[in-house]
Amino acid sequence: MTRAFFSALLPVLTITAMILAVWYVGAFSLNSKWSKDQAARAGETLTVSELIASTMSQDRPRLATPHQIAIELWDSVIDKKVTSKRSLVFHGWVTLSATLLGFVIGTALGVLLAVGIVHDRAMSLGVMPWAIASQAIPILALAPMIIVVLHSVGLTGLFPKAIISAYLSFFPVVVGMVSGLRSPDPISMDVLHTYAASRWQIFWKLRLPASLPYLFTSLKIGIAASLVGAIVGELPTGAVAGLGARLLVGSYYGQTVQIWSALIAAATLAALLVGLIGWIQKLTLRRMGMD
Amino acid sequence: MTFLVTALIIWLLAWRLNAFLAIQAQQKLMGFVVPALFGLTVLIIWELLVIGLAVPGVILPAPTAIVVAFSTNIHILWDDLVQTFFKGALAGYTIGCGSAFLTAIAIDRSTFLKRGLLPVGNFLAALPIVGTAPIFVMWFGFGWQSKAAVVVAMVYFPMLVNMVQGLSASEAMQRDLMKTYGASYWQTMAKLKLPAAMPFAFNGLKICTTLSLIGAIVAEFFGSPILGMGFRISTEVGRLALDVVWAEIIVAAAIGTMFYGLVTGCERGVTFWHPSIRGQSAP
Repeated sequence: MTRAFFSALLPVLTITAMILAVWYVGAFSLNSKWSKDQAARAGETLTVSELIASTMSQDRPRLATPHQIAIELWDSVIDKKVTSKRSLVFHGWVTLSATLLGFVIGTALGVLLAVGIVHDRAMSLGVMPWAIASQAIPILALAPMIIVVLHSVGLTGLFPKAIISAYLSFFPVVVGMVSGLRSPDPISMDVLHTYAASRWQIFWKLRLPASLPYLFTSLKIGIAASLVGAIVGELPTGAVAGLGARLLVGSYYGQTVQIWSALIAAATLAALLVGLIGWIQKLTLRRMGMD
Repeated sequence: MTFLVTALIIWLLAWRLNAFLAIQAQQKLMGFVVPALFGLTVLIIWELLVIGLAVPGVILPAPTAIVVAFSTNIHILWDDLVQTFFKGALAGYTIGCGSAFLTAIAIDRSTFLKRGLLPVGNFLAALPIVGTAPIFVMWFGFGWQSKAAVVVAMVYFPMLVNMVQGLSASEAMQRDLMKTYGASYWQTMAKLKLPAAMPFAFNGLKICTTLSLIGAIVAEFFGSPILGMGFRISTEVGRLALDVVWAEIIVAAAIGTMFYGLVTGCERGVTFWHPSIRGQSAP
């Protein structure tokens, strides 16, 4: 137990502590100018300890300190009612629902297209280069347009954001799933041919199981991209609700602590989602004897 | 109605033609012709559908309208490109990838730090870092510097993780060989570890090309001077001038692909020895 602790956890904790230390030093140096200005205006001089205390507890610091963010998170996650507009759980749920809906749509379409590409040569030659090239394109730039266009067609709320999430998770799934479905080695394919298996049987019994590790890797990339898509999708709607809206409102009013807490919430959400898929991956692959 | 029927016929014809071409013998030529034909068909059908269904330009402009918008606004598009790509994205990309590269080399000697950094770095690389944009805009102002800072934050960890993995990619046997040659640490680094890390480094560099453009464009949604690709997209969307938006997206797509292609080209030159490259160039 202690051995595992030292080899795995301790390095991670050390790095985290280093990041926190750099963060506090950064907060001190970035925030001290404001504190000094305030003191000079009041005609006072600050001692070092007063200066440190002041930089750690500003209302609108240039760099919010970790403990300020933790307090804000506690206030807006635990203390507020979930239905309140000031609750991060409420905003997180708005973003999460768009993310999940989009992720499911994008993944389903991606898998379908991948199946088509693997079974149809014309599709493979015609579509695949575009799918690969699309990964070099900043498709996130389309987000504002999709929101506005769908708005003018009468679609508002959850769905436009879900569309952005969907197309951000779509391409990684297509590319990963195609290489997954093509991953069975020729010997396994030959065995199924000697069994006179139909295309359909080859697909269910060999291609699909073989593609799962690739699929899960793409899903992890896809869900993280979906979340970013949902957040960015919330920016042009005028910041009504969601983590993206919290970011935008925070940046309008200089509420840095609020920006940081929304960021941490988004980060936690991303980590949870990726972790969840990793867990499902582990369970599935273990049941299939591939782990 | 005739437009719709024409679109349908063209679609069916192109489908048959592609299916026919795809089973032809000249693999190399067809690998180029078939996707080009597919793209062309999509464009033609798009054009015909927009005309046939009388789709208003504020929902979906026709490809010809986009081309017109592109050519009339070419100066604006170029200025936006310079501001967003050459100043914001490229500066951030260079600084971010460069410092990640140096960090990886600096911590390479310590297994302890590496073991801690990989999980933390992987975690941070998966986060929606683009959300830090409002903070950087607050710190560095509306100019390209804040965009470069966002890009640095976005590309640093993916690059670092890849580079750290790359530096441990050399095999124990190879390192032992360097030891028997009496090679110093830096000689081993220069002659063995860095070359062995190059496939990983380029993997990181390729991921970061797209990230850098996304970072620079999205950061402009949070505040920017009156030029830049993200600024143009968000304001023209507001004015419902979607043909200009599409023209801007074409520019973004073109520069993204070219940047990616450039890095891939460098990769082929540097990691010519790697099986994945050797296998492709074999006649």
